Amino acid sequence: MPIRTEPVTINIGPQHPSTHGVLRLRVTFDGEVIVDVEPIFGYLHRGSEKLAEERNYVQVLTLTDRLDYVASMTNNQAYCLAVEKLMGVEVPERAQYLRVMTAELQRMASHLVAAGFLLQDLGALATPLMYCFRFREKILDLFEMLCGARITVSYMRPGGVFADAPEDFWPALDRLMGEAPELLGELEQLLMENEIVLVRTKNVGVLPLDTAIAYSISGPVLRASGLPWDWRKADPYDVYDRMQFDIPIGDRGDNYDRFRVRIEEVKQSMRIVSQCIEQMPPGPIRTELPFVLRPPAGAEAYGRVEAPKGELGFYMVSDGSIAPYRCKIRSPSLINLTVLKELLVGWKLADMIVTLGSIDINMGEVDR
Amino acid sequence: MVPFLQDNVIYRGVYCWLGGNEGNAQWCGGDGLLPGGYEWVAYFVAGLTIMLILVNGALLGAAVFVWAERRLLARFQARRGPNRWGPWGILQPIADLVKLLIKEDIIPTAADRIAFTLVPIIMLMSLLLSLAVLPFARNTYLANLNIGVLYIVAVSSMTTIAIFMAGWASANKFAMFGAMRGVTMLISYEIPLILSLVGVVLIAGSMSLVSVVEAQYLPFILVQPLGALVFMLGISAELNRTPFDILEAESEIVAGYHTEYSGIKFALIQAAEMAGVLAASGFLATLFLGGWSGPFLSTQLGALWFLMKLSFFVFLFIWIRATFPRLRIDQIMAFAWKFLLPLAMINFLATAVQVYFFGFYHGDVPGEITRNEQWVMAAINVPLAVASIVAFGHFAREGIRVPAVRLESIVPIPRVAEVD
Repeated sequence: MPIRTEPVTINIGPQHPSTHGVLRLRVTFDGEVIVDVEPIFGYLHRGSEKLAEERNYVQVLTLTDRLDYVASMTNNQAYCLAVEKLMGVEVPERAQYLRVMTAELQRMASHLVAAGFLLQDLGALATPLMYCFRFREKILDLFEMLCGARITVSYMRPGGVFADAPEDFWPALDRLMGEAPELLGELEQLLMENEIVLVRTKNVGVLPLDTAIAYSISGPVLRASGLPWDWRKADPYDVYDRMQFDIPIGDRGDNYDRFRVRIEEVKQSMRIVSQCIEQMPPGPIRTELPFVLRPPAGAEAYGRVEAPKGELGFYMVSDGSIAPYRCKIRSPSLINLTVLKELLVGWKLADMIVTLGSIDINMGEVDR
Repeated sequence: MVPFLQDNVIYRGVYCWLGGNEGNAQWCGGDGLLPGGYEWVAYFVAGLTIMLILVNGALLGAAVFVWAERRLLARFQARRGPNRWGPWGILQPIADLVKLLIKEDIIPTAADRIAFTLVPIIMLMSLLLSLAVLPFARNTYLANLNIGVLYIVAVSSMTTIAIFMAGWASANKFAMFGAMRGVTMLISYEIPLILSLVGVVLIAGSMSLVSVVEAQYLPFILVQPLGALVFMLGISAELNRTPFDILEAESEIVAGYHTEYSGIKFALIQAAEMAGVLAASGFLATLFLGGWSGPFLSTQLGALWFLMKLSFFVFLFIWIRATFPRLRIDQIMAFAWKFLLPLAMINFLATAVQVYFFGFYHGDVPGEITRNEQWVMAAINVPLAVASIVAFGHFAREGIRVPAVRLESIVPIPRVAEVD
């Protein structure tokens, strides 16, 4: 007797443990195999772009913290670069170094969260996640010393940074840089050679390079597919042109490569931070600007950085008033997420969660 | 009077205290408290007493296990774990239980009420039944069944039915996913699990767990290394522990088959799972590590030896849970059929040949394997285990590894517009 079967459609999310926020996926399964995926966004929409039109240029900065709340330093940096281009101001050298240093620390923290949650999605009951968070916690402690906040830092300002590092910051940073290789090494030892991690991630969710480029993917996901493309090298901002670092790339573009590229980037970020500590010049940390900024009317600027998740861009238009006329945010998470269907159809439910984790989206940034 | 219960110390004590040598029970020292014709009261009270001890012991053990697991996991994860309620947080399970008791007990509208309610009962029942044959110390067991090993396998398989009932009755797609995965996986893992036990039974010459303990001149983990490995892995799959916890993979299908359960029903399911780990550790200790027998004072300190061996396996289960990620369903199936089943077969064949040879050698009935012969078997089986694990580990790895292309066997679904 033939058994009648039919595909089943499930709403995964918006409240689901592993969608990393309030992403909703309407997935059609044939047994365990995915036949269709439809991501549905908008559950965390806060209208950041519209809110930016109601606030002055310094106030908008606090909105950028809440885009990708796992990497707010780089959001600050992209926004400040855009406003500085709009105003045509130069940033003091020490501020540029501080920006690069904090941005790289933030990149380490963000990649650790990504790696930890990827392994959590693999089903490793919180142990690797806790290892990652233990490392990240130390970075967040440093941010607290810098600016009093851990997550929503608002550390950078148009024209420089908010405050110089306090006296006890530098020994603490040295301590972190001393123990970072060991902390990272423990994580690698636990997982990079683990047979279950390898069979679960290798050759799963392969993203070919041409597809990645066609979908305008950026960041570690693009680099894992094999293209050494990094805005820090391609169009250096702040003092990245003085930094020595490599761009790690993957060779297959599968989940394992995306995971490994992030771990390698943490190491490269550690290199950059050490160089910043060595080269840190004395001097002012902020260009003196008026309290309320009024860029010239009709000025347009696009500031972009290589955020941990990809190219983060702020397109700003001024009408000469104290608030931006338009503030368009090019968020990497949203654009990386569009490739989801290409990656998922044909794989199993368990792979879906892992692949989603390996793209490393942040809903605050997807919905803005 | 059921004959096998006479062996139980507590049962015998209570029965003789009350009933004495009345009726057909002729094994008590003297007369009991009750007058003649009332020995059914003695049966009843004695039976209830040991049931009470066993059920409460199992549930208390589960509570202690919950605490131990949370503390140990916290240590593995560089955290502190529960440490507020009682010394070292040891009363945390009680707090958990009280919390779950005062939660609303929700039954979904679309659920099959009877099946939904029966699930926690069946799960806990199958577990408690399986504890009945476990010898906790010398002469301390509920029943010395002569089919003990078979009984364990039979009774613990009922969990599969409970899991499928939970998935079906919940009317929830996530629960159904979990249930389907569970049935697929558990049925596959039964086969290597049972095969791994055949070797033990062959050597002991009996299916009774008491005889298995007495037959272990050497711990059977040395005589039967492959059997112990397959049983350990198979039982962790049966218990839904990592890396086989796809039934309730919380990052994939919320909570799997018990997604819709809340309140006391959830607590009972959890208790069954936790006590299941204890029971599995108990069986591992009994079958492969000599049970209550120890290097010295095994008559007096039998319970302590048993507890130590049990704790060793419990720790092993927690350690595995803290370390390994989860396998995917097809990989888990490949692992069962391409790795565990061949190993179990090899173990079975090797043991059968050895037992036949030794039986032939000293002309005895098979099963009477002496200490020296067990040493010989260990000397043969340990290298055999290493060799076959290496060989089949390679094959299994190739089988589990994902090919570089994605699956193409997908049925295209007609869109609604096309159907119309």
